[in-house]
Amino acid sequence: MNIVSPPGNAAAFLHRYAGLSERLPGANNPAVRALRDAAADTLMAGGLPSRRVEAWRYTDLSPMLRAEFREALTAVDEAVALPAMRAERRAVFVDGRFRADLSQLDGLVAGALAEVIETVAGRLNSVASASQPMVMLNTLLFEDGLVLEVPEGADAGRLELLSIASGETAATLHPRHLIRLGRGARLVLLETALSPAGAHHLHNPVFEIEVAEDAKITHVRVQREAETAWHLAHLGVRVAEGGTYDGFVLNAGGRISRSETHLALLGPNATAHLNGAQLVADGQLADTTTSLDHASPNCASRQTVKTVLAGRSRGVFQGKILVRREAQKTDGYQMNQALLLSEEAEIDSKPQLEIYADDVKCSHGATAGALDPDVLFYLRSRGIPAIEARAIMVRAFLQEAVEIVEDEPAREALEEAVAAWWAQHGEAA
Amino acid sequence: MLRIENLTAEVDGKPILKGVTLEVPDGEVHAIMGPNGAGKSTLSYALSGREGYEITGGTAVLNGVDLLEMEPEERAAAGLFLAFQYPVELPGVGNANFLRTALNAIRRTRGEAEVDAMQFLKLARARMKELSMPEDMLKRGVNVGFSGGEKKRNEILQMALLQPRIAILDETDSGLDIDALKIVADGVNAMRGPGFSALVITHYQRLLNHIVPDRVHVLADGRILTSGGPELAHRLEAEGYAGVLEEAA
Repeated sequence: MNIVSPPGNAAAFLHRYAGLSERLPGANNPAVRALRDAAADTLMAGGLPSRRVEAWRYTDLSPMLRAEFREALTAVDEAVALPAMRAERRAVFVDGRFRADLSQLDGLVAGALAEVIETVAGRLNSVASASQPMVMLNTLLFEDGLVLEVPEGADAGRLELLSIASGETAATLHPRHLIRLGRGARLVLLETALSPAGAHHLHNPVFEIEVAEDAKITHVRVQREAETAWHLAHLGVRVAEGGTYDGFVLNAGGRISRSETHLALLGPNATAHLNGAQLVADGQLADTTTSLDHASPNCASRQTVKTVLAGRSRGVFQGKILVRREAQKTDGYQMNQALLLSEEAEIDSKPQLEIYADDVKCSHGATAGALDPDVLFYLRSRGIPAIEARAIMVRAFLQEAVEIVEDEPAREALEEAVAAWWAQHGEAA
Repeated sequence: MLRIENLTAEVDGKPILKGVTLEVPDGEVHAIMGPNGAGKSTLSYALSGREGYEITGGTAVLNGVDLLEMEPEERAAAGLFLAFQYPVELPGVGNANFLRTALNAIRRTRGEAEVDAMQFLKLARARMKELSMPEDMLKRGVNVGFSGGEKKRNEILQMALLQPRIAILDETDSGLDIDALKIVADGVNAMRGPGFSALVITHYQRLLNHIVPDRVHVLADGRILTSGGPELAHRLEAEGYAGVLEEAA
């Protein structure tokens, strides 16, 4: 490989890889090395996607690609303010590095990717596809991540995955999280991503999640990073017979935030929930992109995604559902709705259903609109001030998605994030 | 008391109210009757400050306060209540939460202490019992899945909780069966007395058998054409608007 003068828009990342490649975890592991080098070759040849790439048509990465990033500081003794725990156990990542001193993983089969890379090398990019741009970028530069196994029949309870960018430098963080649930296992994974106001980091997490027969994971992502940060997440999920992936993604931070989920239902009677909400204020873009593969009969999928847009902001929803010929008796539902609080806000919504089986039940819908003036007047006529009335209406709009989350601490985390967002942006909206 | 003088208003540039003059003294219940398109609903919306109902002249003063200069929520705090002809549904907003938010918003502006969830429940349950409302209506979304009668009872419940100085009931009788009508009428009658007055807008005499008004006004073509005692409603029922309007003209 020759990185004298890497061309294209990924040059900065390729430079970093050239400088770090001997120090990154797995540097001495041929399999890991091969994955990273392949990612570098592809990025060098094709770069990161521009808007000419269909899947990235509505989300322009060029402002992020013009940003300057530095290597994350790795001082382990730096003080970090942590939010109160929402679960009995917690895995803490600061600037992309696992912090054993801040984490509480007793009783779990869990570790830091950087430490166990040799044993999991074969699993990398086995669930998430190496051809996906954000997986590629993560493959190039991942330094750490959570490796978690929930053994067959075990209930791991609730685990908080806390990711904090300290904001000291404009770092790029590429954690790789490998999560595997054995047959009949249970896990609630409550993920929170935070960074202080004004932070300019890039957070590019990749999840590879395997759900075995009859296992169930509830995965709630609460992304509340700085409005100046970049958040580009990719979730690869495989669900076996009778298994459930119950997911919710909140995009409430980042100048550009995209959460992309690629999920395959690989055995009969499996279930997928790909719900979410996006809160987008002036100057921000939030993107929820999902690709759901019904590859087996008798599976069910549910998706409700709500986007609230204020000021000059952009929202994107792309929801692909593929029902393969063999996936008879598929029961699919998709709904995406946008509430535009400003005339300068814009939502791009692209539902995409590809159905090859003939005995399926699939419905989908999309709406976009402003606050209903009749409802607003009704509330105000009862003495509720306009600002409070609008808050009630925005909460009610989001409620339909949020109330689907059964785990109470997770739902509380979402409600808190909504309240905090409104406190900051409601007046202007 | 509510004093309306020479009120004119238009909707989409079209004059609807063409000089309404009306006085509802404290403690009295007045009825406004009139044919379709007379401007009855426009009068209720103009008084409560709905967007799109543009006041072009005249005054409306409640207990010395000029209503027309105020935002809708300020009018509510000043003691005006509108029972909607078509109450809106609010999915995702619990009825109890909504009622308590409204009550506390009004209490705040009146300088009264807010009520907490427990105090509110006690208050609401007592009122609901009087209105024969099942308690689960507190848990449901505001008006979501409510029958026509339940929606109207929910309006009366709000009135009973918010304790307005004047209530405008905009065709509250429409869509009600006789039992629901009686419950609604009882709810209004229970509030009658000093400090409360009401303006009952209706097409029909029927409601006025249960809420007997002190005065009846006939609104037609944007003006009050004639006024009288409760017997005027009976005449309208017997003779129709045409005869009465002809005589007044």
